[in-house]
Amino acid sequence: MAKDLPQDSQRRRLLARTAAGGAILALAPGVKLAELALARDEDDPASTQVRWGLLVDVSRCADGCDACVSACNEEHALQTTGRPRTDPQWIRKADLVDETTGHTLSMPLMCQHCEDPPCVDVCPTGASFRRADGMVLVDKHTCIGCRYCMLACPFKARSFVHEEISGQRSYSPRGKGTVESCTFCVHRVDQDRAPACVERCTELGHGALIFGDLNDPDSEVSDRRGSAPSTELRPDLTLNTGVRYSGV
Amino acid sequence: MTLVRSTLTGILSMVLCSGTGSGASADINLPKYPRGQGEACVEPSEVMRRDHYEYLMHHRQVSVHLGVRTKRHSLVGCVNCHVAREEDGNYLPVNAPGQFCQSCHEYTAVKMDCFGCHAAVPDTLVRQ
Repeated sequence: MAKDLPQDSQRRRLLARTAAGGAILALAPGVKLAELALARDEDDPASTQVRWGLLVDVSRCADGCDACVSACNEEHALQTTGRPRTDPQWIRKADLVDETTGHTLSMPLMCQHCEDPPCVDVCPTGASFRRADGMVLVDKHTCIGCRYCMLACPFKARSFVHEEISGQRSYSPRGKGTVESCTFCVHRVDQDRAPACVERCTELGHGALIFGDLNDPDSEVSDRRGSAPSTELRPDLTLNTGVRYSGV
Repeated sequence: MTLVRSTLTGILSMVLCSGTGSGASADINLPKYPRGQGEACVEPSEVMRRDHYEYLMHHRQVSVHLGVRTKRHSLVGCVNCHVAREEDGNYLPVNAPGQFCQSCHEYTAVKMDCFGCHAAVPDTLVRQ
């Protein structure tokens, strides 16, 4: 069976698209370039020209709001088993209190989509991998459920599916015996849609989550990262995470 | 090994293609399954009978690891086309007894584990 990949044509298309994006920039500088420049054909593989990233504006993250968590649960059909200690969690809300001043912060934590992901380093089967455009994913076909990645992740971002599950979405296969975590809603991003959590946060008017291409200097996420201080979690580990936090 | 496999799948294909009317297979309970929608499968039926897993395996590699999102050999496409409905309109999972995937897999005694993770019915209640 022919197994040739469409990589040769990809380069030509990318060049053509870059030229088209430039023309649009010249014509309409106000247009959001992220959506135009990044649209790729469905037979094109993900490109290293793009690096997807998220900025969490903690100052806009509402205390007590868990809309991003529920949006994620709905999108990926994450259901409780009635045993919350072992329920998979792709996003969780963390509430922090400064004990000296009483100042509180609330922020979502999820897979940080590291450039140098420890979970990928330790995976014995290659199931844990980083896609060309920066998304850190699990290939559940090859995951053996050893959970080394869960131990290696400094952010406790990964969950193990302990029990048989049903009602999976067609675009988000999940099953017993495998590890899973935030995928940046790769199925949506590949269709030029924002991740479910970002969409919900924006719909509700909070605007605490900004998603886009970190390699595109004109994207909103690049603009916001460049205009205000932000930090990655555990900067001492120098993982160059795709998720950063501002207003912490 | 390859020869054995080819011979076995060849025999299976002949059996499945020969229809219920021929003398040789008259006393064999051939699998019965619902017809898919549309005119034809994405590849010729004889090819799909023998090699559907090759297409699925290849597609899973390029879609999961490379992000190629073509629909032609996608498992979701298989399910959407080959799923059947009950009289009340509810979908019957393709891995349920007598349904498209399960009927042949039962006949050939090959266990499939696709649907431990993948949805065996089309999405219905997805928030748009």
